[in-house]
Amino acid sequence: MSPGAPAGPASDLVGPAASDWETVVGLEVHCELKTVTKLFCGCPNSFGDEPDTNVCPVCLGLPGSLPVLNEQAVELAMRIGAALQAEVRPSTFHRKNYFYPDMPKDYQISQYDEPINVGGWLDLPDGSRVGIVRAHLEEDTGKTTHQGAGGRIHSADYALVDYNRAGVPLVEIVSEPDIRSAAQARTYAAELRAVLVATGASDGRMEEGSLRVDANVSVRRVGEQRFGTRCEIKNLNSLRSLARAVEHEAARQVAVLEAGGAVVQETRHWDEEAGRTIAMRSKEEAFDYRYFQEPDLVPLAPDAAWQERAAASIGLLPAARRHRLLALLGQDRTGAQEDQVQSVVDQGLDDFVVAAVSAGSPAPLALVRASNELAADVGAAQRLEPSSFAALCKLEASGELTATQAKAVLAELVEAGGGDPAAVARSKGFEAMSADSLAGVVAQVVEANPDEWRRYAAGDDKLAGFFTGQVMKVTGGKADGKAVAAELRGRREQQA
Amino acid sequence: MTSGRSAAALAAAVRAQERRAADVVEEALAAITAGDGELGAFLHVAAEEARAAAEAVDRAVADGRDPGPLAGVPVALKDNLCTRGMPTTCASRILDGWRPPYDATVVTRLRAAGAVIVGKTNMDEFAMGSSTENSAIRPTRNPRDSSRVPGGSSGGSAAAVAAGFVPVALGSDTGGSIRQPAAFCGTVGLKPTYGAVSRYGLVAFASSLDQIGPLTATVADAATMLEVIGGHDPADSTSIDRPAPRPALDAGADGLRVGLCRELVDGVAADVARQVRAAADALAAAGARVEEVSIPELGWCLSAYYLLAPAEASSNLARYDGVRYGLRKDGDDVAAMNVATRTAGFGPEVKRRIMLGTYALSAGYYDAYYAQGQKVRTRVIEAFDRAYRGVDLLLGATTPSTAFRLGERVDDPLAMYLSDVCTVPSNLAGHPAISVPFGTGDDGLPVGAQLLAPALEEPRLLAAAAVLEAAAR
Repeated sequence: MSPGAPAGPASDLVGPAASDWETVVGLEVHCELKTVTKLFCGCPNSFGDEPDTNVCPVCLGLPGSLPVLNEQAVELAMRIGAALQAEVRPSTFHRKNYFYPDMPKDYQISQYDEPINVGGWLDLPDGSRVGIVRAHLEEDTGKTTHQGAGGRIHSADYALVDYNRAGVPLVEIVSEPDIRSAAQARTYAAELRAVLVATGASDGRMEEGSLRVDANVSVRRVGEQRFGTRCEIKNLNSLRSLARAVEHEAARQVAVLEAGGAVVQETRHWDEEAGRTIAMRSKEEAFDYRYFQEPDLVPLAPDAAWQERAAASIGLLPAARRHRLLALLGQDRTGAQEDQVQSVVDQGLDDFVVAAVSAGSPAPLALVRASNELAADVGAAQRLEPSSFAALCKLEASGELTATQAKAVLAELVEAGGGDPAAVARSKGFEAMSADSLAGVVAQVVEANPDEWRRYAAGDDKLAGFFTGQVMKVTGGKADGKAVAAELRGRREQQA
Repeated sequence: MTSGRSAAALAAAVRAQERRAADVVEEALAAITAGDGELGAFLHVAAEEARAAAEAVDRAVADGRDPGPLAGVPVALKDNLCTRGMPTTCASRILDGWRPPYDATVVTRLRAAGAVIVGKTNMDEFAMGSSTENSAIRPTRNPRDSSRVPGGSSGGSAAAVAAGFVPVALGSDTGGSIRQPAAFCGTVGLKPTYGAVSRYGLVAFASSLDQIGPLTATVADAATMLEVIGGHDPADSTSIDRPAPRPALDAGADGLRVGLCRELVDGVAADVARQVRAAADALAAAGARVEEVSIPELGWCLSAYYLLAPAEASSNLARYDGVRYGLRKDGDDVAAMNVATRTAGFGPEVKRRIMLGTYALSAGYYDAYYAQGQKVRTRVIEAFDRAYRGVDLLLGATTPSTAFRLGERVDDPLAMYLSDVCTVPSNLAGHPAISVPFGTGDDGLPVGAQLLAPALEEPRLLAAAAVLEAAAR
């Protein structure tokens, strides 16, 4: 998959893309911060524990309890801001008031009109840029499980609430409505996820709910300046759901408009199974959250030194990591190589590749082996000595090992965590073929197949494969395919 | 109540092994048993826990360890202060059966100072009221005249001290709820600077206004209590990061500039105003320079208060939804259960304030009400700051009248709200203020003189209060 290409499954819908409609998307991404403790108390911020074990008077909202802001959460929020080129500002907390059983205080402490991070942008691998409105701190709610009747909300017999998640710190990242397709929405979410993981703020686990996406979707005719009426889509639990939901929602809106109807501003629920969005509540039914400044907390104003420390503590971001690898390849690179770069960065193997290249490996070969062979077991690969890997790539590049041999040796190196590839090759009987002995084998094969040689000599290049195969057979796979091809070409030129 | 039974005297006797804490506590429990049936100051008497705590104090003394400045002193706590394992109801049905799993910071500090918690006192439900008649459990009567209210909302704590059950108690003051009952019952009542005492474990009414403080028989005891419960607490983000003030009670009033505040005298009953002017004379006699000052902005305070406090309350009281603790009344779905629980669990005044506050915060009304209230608050603080450029302290009445009769105002919420008119300004500004008994009204009931000071000037406030206390004897 090349960067920027449609990330989602090809749609079979006759959607906006097929007509003169344009899709407009803004995303709200909720990111659980990877702090040790919760946002306002000392309870562990830990996923998957027994229900209601990581709770205390504060996160249970018991009468008399008071919140105290977690310094590490502020630090991670500022790292996210720095990664998104946002401006860190003095900020305040508000209460967002509404009744829900999984919210212990029946209000959520969130940042409202004075968020910690304002503005910024995210550059996507396809070269597009999506603006960031804000990235603010807030607390998570508990988790409600509906019991009975198949766990569906409307027909459940009763519900159980687990408050372990209540008070877990979140940063909500709100994008500008700069996204123009389902594919771009997916690319944005994927890149943002990679950025959040790179800053150390998030573990990026969408399947555990540590990253949650809501999409604001509208459509308009191409060339129209004003935005259409938008709908907010909730329950997008994977990148695939996001792309599908945006696609289907845009198509739904276009169908409504083309039939002469009007889109109603509302919140819609993505039904993954049915593959469609369902209305939850309209604008008229929307909650009045009665926001007011949280009197139990004081304004937050990180000083310049703290902001700088937070910004300096983030490592290389994915875009910079891709650029670093692309620079190793130079200008004459192929689309396939760009895919390898993306894959190596996604797998977190780019530091390893860079180290191998500094240890003398040719960059293209290091990328191929890293994105194909090493990606199969990233954990094991990260324990491998880069110098050992580099030595192997050099042997392959010089023709001393064939690709097949190199892969076999690599497997052993990965298992051992390093070692001398030449020694491994010898122990496997992968002796390097000298140019002389290769020429001898080629001559032997040519003599044995005179008809085929005549056709090859007359210009039928397809037969090169046949001869290579014969040489491999004779040498038991030890010959280097490229060297064989060169020898064949040389022989033909000599004959001409 | 005599100074011989002040907390200071009791603690001194216990520390000197002249008296056993166990005897002191037994005496308090006996007084409660004998007298509280009629009075209704306590909602819960923790006799067994108190006896155990007293014995621990006596053991410490016997072992040569100092139990602290409140060694063996029986203390009553307003029932909105969380006590581990002990009922904490805020005098509301909605907290029926709830026992907090933790102690409020002030309770921890009292225990660490050797105090013995004897029980939890009655109050207006969730501290909303000025007579303790809004208690869902029972009203409390004024020990000075049982046909009168003790004031509120810390009416139970004021009555417990005035009746001599305990020398000291804690209350909370959101719009006057320590000072007003102190004035009605003839005790000292101190509302400290906002942030001087941790609110951790105080069940919130209006978070930006609530402050815990002592109700005591003497000014010296109020000072000791403040030293024990005050000081920074990392569990309360609004707690001021400095140690508790150390009052110098014998500093006197010589050279103090005192402003007799017209807005806190002119509108009050003539007999109350007369005593306040007498208090001004007493300070002058002690060397203070007294002048009349006017702060017209104080006239706006009550309106602003009755927007801001209910607004915060509407949010603070949302958690009583029947899901996790306290009362639950079943319904067909969660929303119906919430409604049934809150309908059954809250009394009329609490419901009234939740509705007022919800309205003040609603979309379309926020700017006209809540935001406007905040602007007034800012203006009031500025007005106080201007006044304090010319004077060190302000003096006025604590209440517009002496204690009124039970039932007299229960059907007239506005008349009830007016009880707070002299006390609310200090809450809006976050400043400390104290009510000191100073003479009686025409009806023979106690009058409270109120002293107000800038933030963190408790030492100055207490020194002047001590002068008034001496003059009133």
